[in-house]
Amino acid sequence: MDKFRMIFQFFQSNQESFMNGICGIMALASTQMYSAFDFNCPCLPHYNMAYGLGILLVPPFILFLLGFVLNNNISMLAEEWRRPQGQRGKDPAVLRYMFCSMAQRAMIAPAVWVSVTLLDGKCITCAFCTSVPMETLGNASHLLLSPGEIQRVLAQIPCKEIYNGQELIANEVAVRYLRCISQALGWCFVLLMTTLAFLVRSLRPCFSQAAFLKSRYWSHYIDIERKLFDETCAEHARSFAKVCIQQFFEGMSTDLVAARCHLPRKTSEDAGEASKKLLGITDQGTMNMALKSWHRCKPPLHLHPPALPSGNGWAGEGQPAVHPSTPQRETAAYYSLV
Amino acid sequence: MDRFRMIFQYFQSNSESVMNGICGLLALASVKMYTCFDFSCPCLPQYNMAYGLGIMFVPPVILFLCGLILNRQSLVMLDEWRRPQGHRKKDLAVIRYMCSSIVQRAMVAPVVWIIVTLLDGKCLICAFSGSMDPDKFVGFANVTPVQVEQLLAKVPCKDDELMRNNTSRKAVSRYLRCWSQVLGWSILLILIVAAFLARWLRPCFNQATLLQARHWSNYIDIEQKIFEETCCEHSRLFAHKCILHFFESMRQEMKLHTFNLPREGERDEGEEDLLQGITDQDQVNKLLKTWYYEKPPLDVS
Repeated sequence: MDKFRMIFQFFQSNQESFMNGICGIMALASTQMYSAFDFNCPCLPHYNMAYGLGILLVPPFILFLLGFVLNNNISMLAEEWRRPQGQRGKDPAVLRYMFCSMAQRAMIAPAVWVSVTLLDGKCITCAFCTSVPMETLGNASHLLLSPGEIQRVLAQIPCKEIYNGQELIANEVAVRYLRCISQALGWCFVLLMTTLAFLVRSLRPCFSQAAFLKSRYWSHYIDIERKLFDETCAEHARSFAKVCIQQFFEGMSTDLVAARCHLPRKTSEDAGEASKKLLGITDQGTMNMALKSWHRCKPPLHLHPPALPSGNGWAGEGQPAVHPSTPQRETAAYYSLV
Repeated sequence: MDRFRMIFQYFQSNSESVMNGICGLLALASVKMYTCFDFSCPCLPQYNMAYGLGIMFVPPVILFLCGLILNRQSLVMLDEWRRPQGHRKKDLAVIRYMCSSIVQRAMVAPVVWIIVTLLDGKCLICAFSGSMDPDKFVGFANVTPVQVEQLLAKVPCKDDELMRNNTSRKAVSRYLRCWSQVLGWSILLILIVAAFLARWLRPCFNQATLLQARHWSNYIDIEQKIFEETCCEHSRLFAHKCILHFFESMRQEMKLHTFNLPREGERDEGEEDLLQGITDQDQVNKLLKTWYYEKPPLDVS
């Protein structure tokens, strides 16, 4: 139990490690999505480039936005940005820090997708197969065909089973060429991203480290404060509901007592205790009325302050609530005069 | 035990996380359902489109309804909407908030199904292969229109003898699949942009009203749970008292009938109480028979 609570508290208290977890999961999800996705080059002259570049660039954009959407801090950032100043000043440095940290984490899954796509090679092969250099890789027979014809044949390079331009340019040669370029691009991209990340991390302390520490602290604070506020409101709602329901049942049983005009008290303590637990409802008709009243006429969202015990023999059930319905009050007043 | 109770309490306290969990499970279930489902295009001119579009749109409707049914909050919302006003005012903002959050969560699984269907491509190939323009594809040139229709309808069926190694079939299939995937990615992009804008721009509009609506919708949910727990507790105690009364009345009845002086010597007071004065087979049988034929009234006053 303690172990769970510790882990749970660790994740909750350190929102950054939680966000790192989500970021890692999304990176894994992006590789899984790529391998599950069935790449299907259209092999038609004008569609190839659109399809290839679309698959290379649109899913990363989707993953980037998804990284923001799944991050709970985005609404916190927007709230902090839009709130009226009130009595608490706003620090733009804190907002910038929050935005940067969210954007950095959201960039990881798209970068993974682009790297995996380039290293695999299918996208670049599909997009740029019509731009293969015919002079170096192809045979001279390309001079006998019209440009449109050549384009149509070259567009079929990614689709081995329908490729019919083997005399023009060998399929394996073209595919290997394009794949090599794609993988070189992929590795360069990975190198560039890693170098950027390294530079950002290592050069950060050289620039306004104190301001950075301050921004980080206050952004954590805003997050924790919001969570605590939500928890406090939930606790309050629970207590409110308990008291509201208790007062509802007390009100019901006082109503019934007044309606039947009988003195329900047995003097034994046991019966008093059990009655209290039974909320004064001791038969089917009363319970049905309570349930009906709960649906038809829910109690107002207004808790009565607990009335003091009156001390006379009549009020054996506990305190008669200070009820807005006047008959009880009048009855109590009458008896207390006696 | 404590561990489970802690996890359970965490989930219960935050009803939103329970609903998010259910919503995620339904989305995973819809992906699993799609992969397990054996798509089998009829490859006949009149049936293809109905089958293809049916598979694309009917399961999402089912998943949407499941999402509404499995969400406890929908009952709470309906209850709050339909109850008579009584002493407590009704706040339409709260009802609207609850409705929108329920519908948003229920929409996730259907959308996942549609997107997976489009990215896979089989449904669209099946539905629209018959509507292709045969002039675009080599191989349909010297064929009568009726035959063209038949051939196009058979495109989704790779194993058909006519179509097995037909390059035009592959070209049509590839073309349709490409469009299907583009459509799928576009829909996904639009939805994600919409979700992003909604999350980003929400605090710009009526943030205070939103916080209030969220708090009171949470309150209504908690209040309903606590009411049910209180009623459960009450019915347990009620039943306990009712049964004790029953045993007591049976014991007194038996005393009257048999004129039995119960004490035979030393017996533990506690045990005597537990046995409720019923100490032999006949008495137990009589008690059981009475419990079946003449249950006691629901009144313990």
